[in-house]
Amino acid sequence: MVELKHFINGISHPTVILTVILFIYPFIFPPTNWFEKWNKRLKFDFFWTKKGLITVYTFFIGFMIIGVQDENAKHILLKPDNVPIVGLLFLVHFFLWLSMNQGMKNDKLIDAGEKPNEYHDPKDKVLVWPDLVYIELIALVLLMAFLLVWSIGLEAPLEQPANPTNSPNPAKAPWYFLGLQEMLVYFDPWLAGVVFPTLMIIGLMAIPYIDINREVSGFYSFKHRRIAASIFIFGWLWLWINLIMVGTFLRGPNWNFFGPFEYWDLHKLEVLTNINLSDLIYIKLLGVGLPENILLREIFGFIVFFGYFLIMPPLLAKTVFKKLHQSMGNFKYGVFIFLVLSMVALPIKMYLRWIFNLKYIIAIPEFFLNI
Amino acid sequence: MTEEEKKEQENQESPEEKPEEEAAGAEQKLEAKEDKKHLPASVGEGSISDEMPRRSFFSWLTVAWLAFAAATGGFFAMTVRFLFPNVLFEPPQSFKIGFPDDYQIGQVNIRWKKLHAIWVVRTSEYIYALSTVCPHLGCTPNWLDNERKFKCPCHGSGFRKSGVNFEGPAPRPLERFKITLADDGQILVDKSKLFQYEKGQWDDPESFLKV
Repeated sequence: MVELKHFINGISHPTVILTVILFIYPFIFPPTNWFEKWNKRLKFDFFWTKKGLITVYTFFIGFMIIGVQDENAKHILLKPDNVPIVGLLFLVHFFLWLSMNQGMKNDKLIDAGEKPNEYHDPKDKVLVWPDLVYIELIALVLLMAFLLVWSIGLEAPLEQPANPTNSPNPAKAPWYFLGLQEMLVYFDPWLAGVVFPTLMIIGLMAIPYIDINREVSGFYSFKHRRIAASIFIFGWLWLWINLIMVGTFLRGPNWNFFGPFEYWDLHKLEVLTNINLSDLIYIKLLGVGLPENILLREIFGFIVFFGYFLIMPPLLAKTVFKKLHQSMGNFKYGVFIFLVLSMVALPIKMYLRWIFNLKYIIAIPEFFLNI
Repeated sequence: MTEEEKKEQENQESPEEKPEEEAAGAEQKLEAKEDKKHLPASVGEGSISDEMPRRSFFSWLTVAWLAFAAATGGFFAMTVRFLFPNVLFEPPQSFKIGFPDDYQIGQVNIRWKKLHAIWVVRTSEYIYALSTVCPHLGCTPNWLDNERKFKCPCHGSGFRKSGVNFEGPAPRPLERFKITLADDGQILVDKSKLFQYEKGQWDDPESFLKV
């Protein structure tokens, strides 16, 4: 048991678990034919059957049962702040399963030359009055009863009066902002707190204008919308939900990483000394001091930054996204690739921090511009 | 079923009817205006002048607008006044923190953290006052004596004893405040004057106290 806990602590370090998920995810949500072949061969579509749901839930519940018997894990799992996130784990998986399950069923029907389920006037269509309104009323009453029991059963996590000089350690944002707080570890506040959230909202609004595949509108399908679906699932599941989980369960005092069974040691020492790209190149590689001129100092950062956003789009248009570029046209492809590159910039920056201890690619604290 | 069909028909017909109805309504209004001339004697022409001359209408309009603007402006001024309270329950920006000998060499003094939001650090040569505001997003870091560093609990930024950032996302070092020796030999800290490392201001003789 102790070894198992040590093992779980080891693999739950984000550098390990996020990498594992990053590599497995295209096989679970295949964006191309090649990945789909492997998806079939590895039988990953098992996850979206009823047995798959039961298996995953058994795994979750088993983990919770083992967890509450351990003092450290119990502290994180049953903390009133964190209870909604434990619920989120089950709910998110259920709705993911529901949509993927229906999508897989429809994909099979379409492959067999039939029309998807939604065309056959399924039984789940009901009259608004009285059926739907009654269902809504019952759902409302049940939810109210549930919230009442919850609010009585779990005491609100009230703390001492706010004191600006005494931040709680760790100081965690409300759970729905923990993804943002995790981004803030890797980016300057105006990027992680202003630019990225804006881009997320704009990106979500832009989806219907970028993905205008009318053939599969009106019913669940994964295969016929696989690029859109897999990109969205990457941003939503890997970046948003995952970072909330990491922020909730794996961040401890001094914002260090802690495994779920690890004691929250206030003095855990993690070597995080990190440096800017300009320091890395001028001091470590070239062995000269930083130039006085800011532009000259950050020239490599600008090259990397503009190279990423100006050279990558045409490069990808010629190679990986060739078909997509042809079907979309220049403008739509431009918007699409800008949003995708911005999204992928987050994991890239995370890995740069983890591997090279890189703090900022462009660091101009004089003008509050740090990227 | 027949009823539903009828309703549907009505719904379909209604958009076509609407413009006609509106036009009819407008006509009725016009008629109503003309009717005013033929009012009963008690309220009709002669008793009250029901038509206001154009000139006086505009002068009344001006008065009304001026009154409205004055009222709004008054409320706005009161709101702005609200931002500057008569009494501020804040410690003064400039204050004395005792004699240099009160501070031990090589130690970070956290005594003034709560009241004045500063750390007083004494090295073998200097005394300086560091701001307790993290330059990343404004949390208050903690001084970890065993690790000899300031560590922010919000995003993990770390600072050395000098205030220089070395880990986590903080883009620049902690700020220092103006520190001088008062006439009575006490240390005087002035928080209204900041010294930022990235602007090369830490060389300023006011940013530290030579002991």
